[in-house]
Amino acid sequence: MTAAVHRSSQTTGSTVVNWLSRYGPPAIVFLGVIVIWELVAAGSGRRVIPPPSAIADALLANADMLRRSTLATFYEAVGGLVIGTAAGVAVAFGSARWVTARALLLPVGIAASAVPIIALAPILNNWFGVLNPLSKMMMAALLVFFPVMINVTRGLVEVQPASLELMRSYAAGEVDVLRKVRIPNMLPFFFTALKIGTTLSFIGALVGEYFGGTSEVLGRIVLTAMSGGRFDLAWAGILIGSIAAIVAYLVVSLVERMVLRGRFGARTE
Amino acid sequence: MLFPLTGGGSTRALDGISLTIQPGEFVSLIGPSGCGKSTLLRIVGDLIRPTSGHVEVNGKTAQQARLDRDYGMVFQAPVLFDWRTVEANVRLPLEVMRTQRGERDRRVREMIELVELGGFLRHYPHQLSGGMQQRVAIARALALQPALLLMDEPFGALDEMTRERLNTEVLRIWTQTRTTVIFVTHSIPEAVFLSTRVVVMSARPGRFTNIVEIDLPQPRTDQTRESERYFELVTEVRESLRGRRGDTSDARLRAEGPAG
Repeated sequence: MTAAVHRSSQTTGSTVVNWLSRYGPPAIVFLGVIVIWELVAAGSGRRVIPPPSAIADALLANADMLRRSTLATFYEAVGGLVIGTAAGVAVAFGSARWVTARALLLPVGIAASAVPIIALAPILNNWFGVLNPLSKMMMAALLVFFPVMINVTRGLVEVQPASLELMRSYAAGEVDVLRKVRIPNMLPFFFTALKIGTTLSFIGALVGEYFGGTSEVLGRIVLTAMSGGRFDLAWAGILIGSIAAIVAYLVVSLVERMVLRGRFGARTE
Repeated sequence: MLFPLTGGGSTRALDGISLTIQPGEFVSLIGPSGCGKSTLLRIVGDLIRPTSGHVEVNGKTAQQARLDRDYGMVFQAPVLFDWRTVEANVRLPLEVMRTQRGERDRRVREMIELVELGGFLRHYPHQLSGGMQQRVAIARALALQPALLLMDEPFGALDEMTRERLNTEVLRIWTQTRTTVIFVTHSIPEAVFLSTRVVVMSARPGRFTNIVEIDLPQPRTDQTRESERYFELVTEVRESLRGRRGDTSDARLRAEGPAG
């Protein structure tokens, strides 16, 4: 009884300690970098690397335009993420089901993910219309597609042989094996790919924007600010783009945590 | 239940094997690694097909028996799904069988009570010890009320203490459910303690060398493990494994000898 009470109080105490020991050091490093940056940039490098305070000023002064641009870029990135993920999952199911498809597609997928797909951005702009956000979505989708396809295929195929024998002993059909073994087995692979894809989708959208398009998107803001010598505004654009990507990543992580609820213990221990 | 069984093939993994098991029996297969005892169990369970020979379970082929869900299987690894709770793992075969919800939940509870894990319904496999995981696997195998329970070295990965405790538990479950069991093991004491008959096998090609009737009284308890008869039988099985036939044996030899 006393032992239980003692232990529970210890766990609440240690949660705070755990939290601090986990997030404390990186937070201190982050703040330290900001302070050093501010001090160094206040001197000679003022133009190329503006101090954080100047970036904050630019951010506030252009808040409205930056908000619209961020939403536009966010829309492209998330649209690309959805298209790329859907296509990747669809192809993965096909290649997991048919051995021939897997033999054909997986090497191509692995080879393609080693190619700098970014180089296609100007072509995609041309194909889907430089002013159409779809051209940026397609760039993002193309980057997202390969890791999703490869990982989901692996998740569907790399199942414990014993669990297939178990299902065989139940005289389970292919649909049951898919629903009860392969898909649950694939989910952690899927979320790993989705997190990689989230980061890639922002890269894809921004690179697409660099190669031309509407003006109120983050990529164009950064470019025009740079050519106009407005380094503070360029940095503000980069900063807010990073924040948007991090937010999207956190949302995906949260969904992952909810979906894989019971399994988390097994994976972190 | 009629159970004649002949295996053999191009690799001659098993040769000249024939065995009839009566309903309600507990038969252990014991032998050195590579003697094909697991292969034999897999052929019975229709997980692999023999090149020649046949298996009959209650007058059906092995395949038909599997399709009719006559088998419960327990492997050396528990093979639990880490995304399912204890309850959901035991429910799996019933989901596949499309059992009615009410009946399904009732049977899941019953099986979990049977293996004495009533307090762990909502636990995930990684929160359980190895012995508890294997008990979940047994409950899951029993959930479809199999005519034949096939166990492939289920306690091979567990420590001696846990193994002995689970042996007693398996016997209790066997008595309660009256299911027929074929049990593959490396352990002589385990085979003798559990079985009504112990089939001793030799390797390359796998064949039966002796079948030892275990006439220890039921129910078997910890005292059984200290009885004189128990030691005699352990000795007999051990000598059969070495290739000498124990002369105290009153076993009726029903397996064919070397066929080749």
